[in-house]
Amino acid sequence: MKQHTSYRAFVVHRVSGIALACFLPAHFWVLGNALELDAFLKWTEQPLVKLGEWAIVVALAAHLGGGLRVLALEFLPWQSWQKSLAAAAGALVVAVGLAFALAL
Amino acid sequence: MSASLKVRVWRGGAKGAFQEFDVPRAPSQTVLDVVTHIQRKLDPTLAYRYACRVGMCGSCAMTVNGVPRWTCRTHVDRVSKNDELAVAPLKNLPVIRDLVTDMREFFDKWARARGSFTGRRTRREEFHQVIPSDESRRQADAGIECIGCAVCYSACDVVAWHPEYLGPAALNRAWTLVKDERDTLGLERLRAVAGDAGCHACHTHMSCTEACPKHLSPTAGIAGLKREVLKAALKGEL
Amino acid sequence: MNPRTETTLWILQRASAAVLALCVTVHLATIIYAVRGGLTAAEILARTRGNNAWLAFYALFVVAVSIHAPIGLRAVLGEWLGWRARSRDFALVLFAAALAWLGLHAVLGVFLG
Repeated sequence: MKQHTSYRAFVVHRVSGIALACFLPAHFWVLGNALELDAFLKWTEQPLVKLGEWAIVVALAAHLGGGLRVLALEFLPWQSWQKSLAAAAGALVVAVGLAFALAL
Repeated sequence: MSASLKVRVWRGGAKGAFQEFDVPRAPSQTVLDVVTHIQRKLDPTLAYRYACRVGMCGSCAMTVNGVPRWTCRTHVDRVSKNDELAVAPLKNLPVIRDLVTDMREFFDKWARARGSFTGRRTRREEFHQVIPSDESRRQADAGIECIGCAVCYSACDVVAWHPEYLGPAALNRAWTLVKDERDTLGLERLRAVAGDAGCHACHTHMSCTEACPKHLSPTAGIAGLKREVLKAALKGEL
Repeated sequence: MNPRTETTLWILQRASAAVLALCVTVHLATIIYAVRGGLTAAEILARTRGNNAWLAFYALFVVAVSIHAPIGLRAVLGEWLGWRARSRDFALVLFAAALAWLGLHAVLGVFLG
């Protein structure tokens, strides 16, 4: 259907969720090899990897924001469009803010 | 804006093609006017539906430039770009021919969602008085004006992705009955609307709410159903 | 699956989401704090080694994720790949077990350091 705000929010939520689901097994596996952690951390200093890390952090923030939107729509008294816009904006702020913070 | 429109109209069934017609523009012209002109003046074999032509019955719903709408209430000026228009049958429903869809599945799902009233009183008793300002009644009233036009069903991507999904209209109607204090179906209806094919498949895209010509919000009703089903589940009643 | 079971999945999904909202917020804050000036294994382990609070927190985090991610993927697989057979649920149970196993192994790893 048409690309309206709520639909876009859904797509971001779903795509970020899929990305996180793919990332997590690798994340756990790496941390499980705590003894070789420093060697791995050296590898993560490469720019492309840093970009990937930033993307995953943004995905996490975006998924959190989208999830809060869903919880609000499902559990709070119905307030129509304001909820969707507000939460979508909130997700954006969280995502962008964290992204910049991480880049520091 | 020129004096005529280039109108592409779907011809055929599930397999078919768009056919182009030249239709003269007129003041306050609606898409229904355009389709009617084609059928009466240019090609009598075109199949389409309409009835009231004043935005009350929902029969004329079609896909206009990719968006499901009531064609009798869609002014050409509002939707046409570059004097072009594309008219197709409603999505998510089997096409009988041209612009006419088979609505049976839409209404079957309505029945599967237990979308009809079940009362207790008979004609021999006083009728039940419902206070219009009661919270329950206000919530039901917010969704009660649905005329079953299938625009929301056509707009919904979950319906497209999941053939069993009951869809926004059926679930919205079920919600208005859940909120109807006279209705006695109770848990049977909640069981009918719960699960993968029911309210839990809604991902709050809100395309239904965007598209509804009566400005209803099936998303709100479906969220309400999720809460009611949750309550019943927590009580072990589901 | 029946509506009761599917409702239970929905409830678990929302409940784990609520838990994760808290865990993720803490995790993101920790990441941002920890990443300043570079990250080393020593720094991470200094925080987590022998720390019961972090152990409990990350264990809860892993359990919540192991519930939340597979149920989320269930909808994606069903809607975008048309995979609705029983095999989908078997695969997702395996995925949940894998996440829980790898995750708890990692949590213990940084706890025992």
